[in-house]
Formats: sequence, structure tokens, C-alpha cells
Amino acid sequence: MITSLLIGIFLLSLLVVTALAIVRASDLFSAVMLSGIYSLLMALNFFLLDAADVALTEAAVGAGVATVLQLAALRMAPATEARHRRARGLAVAVVVVSTLLMIYASFGQPTLGDPQAPPQQHVAPWYIEKTPELVDIPNIVSAVLASFRGYDTLGEVFVVLTAGIGVMFLLGGGRGKPFRGLDSQGEDGLQEHLILKVVARILIPFILLFGFFIQFHGEYSPGGGFQAGALLVAGLILYALIRGERRALAVIPPRVLLWLSAGGAFLYGSVGVAGMLLGGEFLNYSVLASDSIAGQHLGILVIELGVGMTVTGVLLSIFHAFAARD
Amino acid sequence: MKLLGLFNYWVFAVLLMIGLYTLISKQNLVKKMLALAIFQSAVFLFFITMSKIEGGTAPIFRAGAGEQVFSNPLPQVLILTAIVVGISTMALGLAIVVRLYEEYGTIEDDEILAMDRNA
Repeated sequence: MITSLLIGIFLLSLLVVTALAIVRASDLFSAVMLSGIYSLLMALNFFLLDAADVALTEAAVGAGVATVLQLAALRMAPATEARHRRARGLAVAVVVVSTLLMIYASFGQPTLGDPQAPPQQHVAPWYIEKTPELVDIPNIVSAVLASFRGYDTLGEVFVVLTAGIGVMFLLGGGRGKPFRGLDSQGEDGLQEHLILKVVARILIPFILLFGFFIQFHGEYSPGGGFQAGALLVAGLILYALIRGERRALAVIPPRVLLWLSAGGAFLYGSVGVAGMLLGGEFLNYSVLASDSIAGQHLGILVIELGVGMTVTGVLLSIFHAFAARD
Repeated sequence: MKLLGLFNYWVFAVLLMIGLYTLISKQNLVKKMLALAIFQSAVFLFFITMSKIEGGTAPIFRAGAGEQVFSNPLPQVLILTAIVVGISTMALGLAIVVRLYEEYGTIEDDEILAMDRNA
């Protein structure tokens, strides 16, 4: 146990060092690359703290998709920070005092891994105990996400969709031509870099296959729609970077992307309404099949598919919206 | 030993405040977005720290494993969705930064403010 504690302390210290480096870097490109490292370290920490699903998401989203989006934004904005401000005394004082207060407050917190800690006593044991009986899938995180707290997840999917709509409004080219500026570009991605091209060609099928595995095996192992969506997007972005925007949009046309984004959220909501029509409550999957457990399995499979579709569609549209702007 | 068990909370406090300080003291909007991500991930770390149980495993039932101790699945569910919402808000923020740059020609917020005042 002491070993994993020490590994944790090592990783957390690296995390603080990386965060300081991000703040201090005046070259924004280095800041973005450092924040990729930061996300990867954070994912390792999550894994060490038994949160396999969260680690998977953070690695795919934080280290993969976020870094690419930040780089795409820097392509259009200046990549160095103007330096003309000294450290502000008041801000430093406020921050230092707050840090010390929080560290002082931490002495009232239960230590790491304490089984008697209040969060472990109240609601969680019920979910762990009832999951095999009511939902009967091995991954408790997926069960809570998709079934017990399905309402919450529906909200999250709509937040993702709304953010996608917002980005399309800000950077997109309007109706019929969602990714404007594409025609003026003649570039063919990174085709001429032979090593990148060969490595990517080997990697992409495996990333996509792993994405589909995570999508459809999410009830039995770490995974689910959110992680699968992020992984699929990472693979498709790699394709777009190597073969060029236009080729990538020929594989998955803009129209399909928009339908995927909205269709996933619609599919999720329809499952809820189907439950109502069959005599249950909104998002009650038990009535979807003759047997309550089979209904739960069906419901979870379909809404995870909806989540995966929306996340894939939205993140990929966002990437193209950034990349196609000149 | 007791002190080492609190280390996660200290890192949470330090990361949260690094993010907050950068957010209020730096003028560069992309830097502010990165700081917001640090601030956000500090909160993620706090939640996941509370989910850990000594000797526990990831909350997934294994067939034939007998009695298993699971870490708390609830904070994990909350943070999993929060990460995906985080990237969506980050994308929206970056899109606004790009539009601001196109309109003002700078991404330093004091320069943007100065232009607005002079206009």
C-alpha cells in the first residue's frame, strides 16, 4: 500500500511542477504541449485512485482531443504571450492565504482511502449493493451513469450538443456549408512526412477498433459512450491531420456529422419517451422488454450508443470548424 | 502516515490556486483557458480522491471473484461526464478567442478593453 501511496505522491508532485510550467511558459505552443502532459499525469493519478473509467476519459479527451483543439486555435491566434505585467501583489496574497486555509481545512478531512469516510457511508453502498439486482451489468460506473442517473447524463449530452452548436455558430459557415474556408485550402495534410504517414496508417485502425470495443463493451469493462466517442474522434482527427481536411470530410461528410450530433441526443431522449409510452416513467428502461433486466440492458445499450454518436459528432465537428477556418 | 494521506488534498489546493491566480493575473486569453482547465482538473482530483477506498478496486464486478471491495463509483460517474462537458466548454471558449482575435487582432484582454474604451 505504501508503494502506491509513494507513486501517487510522485505523480502529484510532477502534476504541480507541470502546472507551474504551464503558467510560466510565455510560448503558448509549449504551454499547450505541457497541458497535454498535465492531462496524461492526471489520468495516471485517476488510474491509481481506482477510477479506471475516468482515467480512460481523461487520457482520450484531455491529452488527445483538447491538445489538438488548442493547437488548432493557436494556428489562428498569436502563439506568444505579451509580457508586460508584473506579478500582482494582491492576487498573490489572496491565492496564498486561500491555499493555506484549504491546507489547514484538509486536516479535518478523512485520509486517503479511509473506508469509514462519510462519502463511503451514505449513498454509494446502496448503488453497489443494488446494481447486480436491478441492472445486472458488471461495471457499476456504467450502471449509475446510464441507468440510475440517466437523467443527469441526458443533461450532459445536451450540454455537449449545445457547445457544439455554439462553436458552429461562432466558427462555422452557415447553412449548407458548415465548414467554410475549406475550398480555399489546397494543402494535403502531412502526407509528405513519410514516418508520420506510415505510423498513423498502422495506428488508426487500432484506435478506431478500440473505440468501438469501448463503446459496446462498456457495460462489462471500463468504457462507455463518452470514452468511445473521444477515442473515435482521436483516431479520425489523426486521419484528418495526415490525409488532409478534405479527405477526412469525404469519409464522414459534414451532413453526417451534424446528423450524428443531433441524432445521438434525439436517440437518448426517444428511449426516455419510449419508456413513458410503454407505461413507465421517463428514462425507465425496465419496461422496454418483457423482463425488467433485459429492458435495462437494452436501454443502456441504446443510450450509450446515443451518447457515443453525439460525442463523436460534436467533437469532430468542432475540430473541423477550427481546422477549416483560415 | 496520516500526513501522507492528506497529500492529495494539498495538491488539490495548490492546483486550484495556481489555476485561479493565472486566471486573474494573466492577460492572454488562451492562457486563461489553460488556467481554467487546471482549475477544473483540481476539482476532478478532489472528487476522485474522495472515491478511493484502501484495498479497493475499480467498481467492476468480476465473475467468481467472491467478496470484493469497490472504490466509490459515484464521484467517478460525476467526474467522467464533467470531463466531457469540460472539453465542450473549452472548445466554445477557444472559438470565442479565435473570433475575438479576428475582430480585434489581439488576444490580450487589456488591449481589447483599451480598444473598446477608445472606440
